[in-house]
Amino acid sequence: MPETMDRTPVKLGIKDFQSDQDVRWCPGCGDYSILAQVQRVFPEFEHPKENYVAVSGIGCSSRFPYYMNIYGLHGIHGRAPAIASGVKLTNPELDVWVATGDGDGLSIGGNHMIHTLRRNLNIKVLLFNNQIYGLTKGQYSPTSQLGQITKSTPVGVIDAPFIPVSLALGAGATLVARTMDRDPKHLQEMVRRAEHHHGSAFVEIYQNCNVFNDGAFFQFTEKETRDDHVVYLEHGKPLVFGKNKQKGIRLNGGTPEVVDISSGAFSVNDLLVHNEENSTLAFILANMIHNPELPRAMGVFLALNRPTYEEQMQQQIAKAKSKKGEGDLQKLLDGDETWVIA
Amino acid sequence: MTKELKTLDEVTIRFAGDSGDGMQLTGTQFTNTVAALGADLSTLPDYPAEIRAPAGTKYGVSGFQIKFGSTDILTPGDLCDVLVAMNPAALVTNVKILRDGGTVIVNEDAFTEKNLRLANLQSNPLEDGSLARYVVHKIAISKMTANALEDMNLSTRLVDKTKNFFALGLMYWMYNRPIDQSIRFIQEKFAGKDPEVAESNIRVLRAGYNFGDTTEVFTTRYDVKPANLAPGKYRNVMGNVATALGLAAAAHQSGLQLFLGSYPITPASDILHELSKMKEYGVKTFQAEDEIAAICSAIGAAYAGALAATTTSGPGLALKTEALGLAVMLELPLVVVNVQRGGPSTGLPTKTEQADLLQAVIGRNGEAPLCVIAAATPADCFNSVYEAARLAVKFMTPVICLTDGYLGNGAEPWRIPNVEDLPAIPVTFAKDPATFHPYSRDPKTLARPWAIPGTPGLEHRIGGLEKADITGNISYDPDNHHHMIKLRAEKIERIAEDIPLQEVEGEKSGDLLVIGWGSTYGAIKSAVANARERGLSVSQAHLRYVNPFPRNLGEILRSYKQVLVPEINNGQLITLLRAKYLVPAVGFNVIKGLPLPADEIETRIDELLGGTHA
Repeated sequence: MPETMDRTPVKLGIKDFQSDQDVRWCPGCGDYSILAQVQRVFPEFEHPKENYVAVSGIGCSSRFPYYMNIYGLHGIHGRAPAIASGVKLTNPELDVWVATGDGDGLSIGGNHMIHTLRRNLNIKVLLFNNQIYGLTKGQYSPTSQLGQITKSTPVGVIDAPFIPVSLALGAGATLVARTMDRDPKHLQEMVRRAEHHHGSAFVEIYQNCNVFNDGAFFQFTEKETRDDHVVYLEHGKPLVFGKNKQKGIRLNGGTPEVVDISSGAFSVNDLLVHNEENSTLAFILANMIHNPELPRAMGVFLALNRPTYEEQMQQQIAKAKSKKGEGDLQKLLDGDETWVIA
Repeated sequence: MTKELKTLDEVTIRFAGDSGDGMQLTGTQFTNTVAALGADLSTLPDYPAEIRAPAGTKYGVSGFQIKFGSTDILTPGDLCDVLVAMNPAALVTNVKILRDGGTVIVNEDAFTEKNLRLANLQSNPLEDGSLARYVVHKIAISKMTANALEDMNLSTRLVDKTKNFFALGLMYWMYNRPIDQSIRFIQEKFAGKDPEVAESNIRVLRAGYNFGDTTEVFTTRYDVKPANLAPGKYRNVMGNVATALGLAAAAHQSGLQLFLGSYPITPASDILHELSKMKEYGVKTFQAEDEIAAICSAIGAAYAGALAATTTSGPGLALKTEALGLAVMLELPLVVVNVQRGGPSTGLPTKTEQADLLQAVIGRNGEAPLCVIAAATPADCFNSVYEAARLAVKFMTPVICLTDGYLGNGAEPWRIPNVEDLPAIPVTFAKDPATFHPYSRDPKTLARPWAIPGTPGLEHRIGGLEKADITGNISYDPDNHHHMIKLRAEKIERIAEDIPLQEVEGEKSGDLLVIGWGSTYGAIKSAVANARERGLSVSQAHLRYVNPFPRNLGEILRSYKQVLVPEINNGQLITLLRAKYLVPAVGFNVIKGLPLPADEIETRIDELLGGTHA
């Protein structure tokens, strides 16, 4: 294996990242947009195609690697983060992406997800959240909403949903973001942020399943309602939202609340200013989901710089080699105590 | 006083005490010293699953058995000559494997009323005559240990923890072994860290040795001459260490980096421990969050071009089942080591068994054939796992290497191979975009090309969905599926063309063939050797390759009037042999979490051939 791979910038276009396979998602599926934005953004990084690896599990989202003209491994249900870990640890210079969904990544693969994030491997996770099992035709998922009617919950879901962003924060991910299929520019930006982050990146993407859970996120994604129901997070900027930027989020004690900054009672100076390096704040923003009065936060909740797992592993190996010298296999086989029979 | 020195051909000693008494350490130390003097040997650690079961109870007893001699030592011994028992529970749980007339050495200080009660004894066996068949030496080990340390002002607890070294010193004296190697070990282990512990252990070791020399209790000491082993450089090796070394050696010889994805499980964890120490060799070990992640990380590593391995025991292999199917589908090289233990379920975690054979050979959803090989002795774990790696890479397939708890924890002298004599493991990565197809095949081995990420122009997608032949694209075509299933099976069958023919020890035909696999090798060999000495027509075949079988196996089986298959399971190899070769083989199955007793195999041979043995 090449110890150091070619890092010369390469000029590529969107077509270079399209594979020859027919895309087989349902017409109108939000996955098309996610695929298109990734294919649009990847050329910007100027990495050679052969340095990318996409790993997935099982589910609609996990067909993603087949449609990208890069190295791809379509694994088994829930295990993509574990497979991706092995790829990354073997060759840390590869740019490793995981495509997963709410069922694949948070239900059957929940354990791998949290442990991969906590280790801070430099792996990028795109979690397509459509709050339903699509490929198995419409059972509820760990992000389905309370009361949601699905094939397996004919009278409503009774288990509380995960908030994927909170879960990723709790697991210790060093970059945590949320975006949506119907906001291509923002989605592209989050893919960029993930790529440029040094460590594990977790990007939740609200994705519409127009067959089994149509409109689950329309409040946030549609033009008519988006401005009043979404607040975009920007580092160092106050949390302002609304059609005319007339509303903001203020921290009242530890609790976020919506205030009107157009009437004079509050000004932009009263608002919460986003800080991507504040993990306490990130949890507050993630948990805004519990209060229906509050808008849904989109953007980077948290971005921290911590050493990655693979660089620490390499450092341990380098240190052992510099201390003990490059290992001599014969010495290893001989061990400490030998005797000779003539 | 001068003492008589008697030479023995072989001797079997069992050390037994509380699991907190350090019996495994005592046994290992004795083993290393015995090994370095050139005796042949075989060991059997036998310990409970609980780390520290209540002191003094029967279920807290930990034992370590060693058989050593100037002869060819094939098993750790069915019966012991000497039992060293540190308390009543250790005595009563182990005395049944002492031969009549054998020697018992007990720490008489531990035979208190409380300890007798904890061992559920109504009377003191040292006084009630129940040990009349044995030579019993009651030694005040605890008291003499305390005396040796009197001026050091140590806690009672520390003094008590040192007494195993008294027993070790005494056994060194009795078997004419020097104590220097253990002194060196103690110094290195505690050097700098805890000089007090080092000094106390060394003092007590010496006290035990000197006690043997001065007491009038013992009039005889014994000597065991070096064994007639093949010339070469030797070391003592445990199976799990040999497995770790085999993987490291295979990585070195293939020029690949070694990646181990593993999750702690008894009795396999030592392989992870050993490999995690080999950082200067560039070995990457990854303790995953579970067994599934362990194998999946290894699959990812194989995809990226590493020599990838995962190590586990039966319950872990069960969890890895789905991922093994993926590895079969992806046709990536992967070494899976299963250090078998007693099952089913959690079963007997610290005991040995051979009951995962069928799980390894056929236990997956769909038609998912892979290669299975088995180690025969602790040192043979090295060869087996090395061969597993060679075949995995050559045939682009997962290979399961079966060892077991007895092999993994047992030890024997190992003639260390020269690195340059190890078989080559050539690796070729695909490079040429003009000719590359992910599922094209080598015409001879049917292996597909290994194309690793980072290679320009070979970007491709693989996965668990059925592949179209050659292109590897997703295919639901019925004829293609049939074809691919046959192709994957054929690839594994072709491994038989690459492996040696099965060898037979003894005549090439006759009345009885005893065929086994894995850790029963020594027991079967010793039973067959005895039967042959008595003139019976018996031969032995021992399988390293369980799937596929060597191509001459059918012919071998048909060359004997009867076939006997001893196994530590309820009849698994015999099922495969009967299914494939339609031979009326009979089994011998003892499933007690222990190695098969050679003596009982011999009895079974006699039953089949109408012989009798002493």
